[in-house]
Amino acid sequence: MGLLRIMAFVRTAALLLIAALTSTPGRTGEVHVAVAANFAAPMKSLAIAFERESGHRAILSLGATGQLYAQIRQGAPYHVLLAADSNTPSKLAGEGDAVATTQRTYAMGRLVLWSRDVDTVDAKGEVLRRGDFRRLAIANPKLAPYGAAAMQTLSTLGLLKTLRSKIVDGANINQAFQFVASGNAELGFVAMSQVMQAGHLRSGSAWIVPAHLHEPIKQDVILLAKGQDNPAALALLRYLDSRRARDIIQRYGYELP
Amino acid sequence: MTPSADSGAAILLTLQLAAITTLFLLLLATPLAWWLARTSSRWRGVIIALITLPLVLPPTVLGFYILLTLGPDGWIGNLTQSLGLGLLSFSFTGLVIGSVFFSLPFAVYPILYAFEMLGRRPLEVAATLRAKPLDAFFSVALPLAKPGLLTASVLIFAHTVGEFGVVLMIGGDIPGETRVIATQIFGYVEAMEYEAAHRLAALMVAFSFVMLMALTRLRRRAGAALP
Repeated sequence: MGLLRIMAFVRTAALLLIAALTSTPGRTGEVHVAVAANFAAPMKSLAIAFERESGHRAILSLGATGQLYAQIRQGAPYHVLLAADSNTPSKLAGEGDAVATTQRTYAMGRLVLWSRDVDTVDAKGEVLRRGDFRRLAIANPKLAPYGAAAMQTLSTLGLLKTLRSKIVDGANINQAFQFVASGNAELGFVAMSQVMQAGHLRSGSAWIVPAHLHEPIKQDVILLAKGQDNPAALALLRYLDSRRARDIIQRYGYELP
Repeated sequence: MTPSADSGAAILLTLQLAAITTLFLLLLATPLAWWLARTSSRWRGVIIALITLPLVLPPTVLGFYILLTLGPDGWIGNLTQSLGLGLLSFSFTGLVIGSVFFSLPFAVYPILYAFEMLGRRPLEVAATLRAKPLDAFFSVALPLAKPGLLTASVLIFAHTVGEFGVVLMIGGDIPGETRVIATQIFGYVEAMEYEAAHRLAALMVAFSFVMLMALTRLRRRAGAALP
């Protein structure tokens, strides 16, 4: 009797499990999105709005663009890439891991020199010339376009040589931000979206790096080969073009192309 | 196998870090283990649990708290700043502090085990021969606990060489200062320089194997099997 009951229970449980694993509720699906770290906050907002409008769920993986590139080359199961540059998506398209015709710019990023202290960074970024600080955090320039832009800025200003020994690398722009936010580095180059909201600095002091000091940070999105047959991935690409999505992107301190 | 200049610097730095950490931890863990082996304090359990924490915590948790502690809001950061040393995050000294926490259980356990195996008898004998406690510790207990000390040294050294998560959290990847072998390999892999990553990674596998072989040899010679 006891054994029979247990077997009946196990069978029901197994059936439920199979049902749960194989079900496709309605026409909604999931899209795996690889997101450059600087775009983490806006993408989280976008994912919520996207799910509300389309019923599709966006699952986000964050990293430096170069990091995501390496993962995609090694077969990572991402459907869409939101990079922090335009080179990486082009390269992936050239290598057959992405669909070239789907590539376009979803945001233009701005680089900001930021400190959590109110009077460390002046409005002209003279603090870099004075050099009276211990550490300057940037994102790893090999992997993160924002890190590369920071290096270009320093070299345009002719300060690369004097400041090189003070530079600390974060694995991505979020770690660079965290080094500064925790006070371990007095200042750092971060993305505008990390420290400003609706045009206002949230805390500390900042210098918005003039755009002519580095190559423009043109952030491109592209459909990856693994997402070609995923309706949710195509829906996300369409959604990024929508009025609502563009509003959200702008609200986080990005310019639109 | 000819590692590049980058790899060379990382190897040198890693060996320095491991050597200094081993030295510090032996000095710290030996008296601690001695006390733990002989005390009947009700704090013993708490202290052992605290020492064991780094073994079970993800290195990111350790790294995160060490970063906050070394920073301007943390007590170590406050201390070093008031001493005029500045902040220790992103410095070699900072890595040493991180490594000492990270490898603490690997230092204390083998030594504690050795002291416990000793029992009270050898020291009682020493006492009847009128050896003062400190003298008995240095001329009786310590030599008898040699296999434990050896094991601890090898484990601390190897564990520090293999350290990754903590360094990633508090290091800032500065060549010659905080870029150790593990983070250098990570950098190579992330940048898809697989050739360079391979060379360094293979070196690590060989090194770790040799270390473990050496440990077995040393302990056999010291007259004890691996615990």
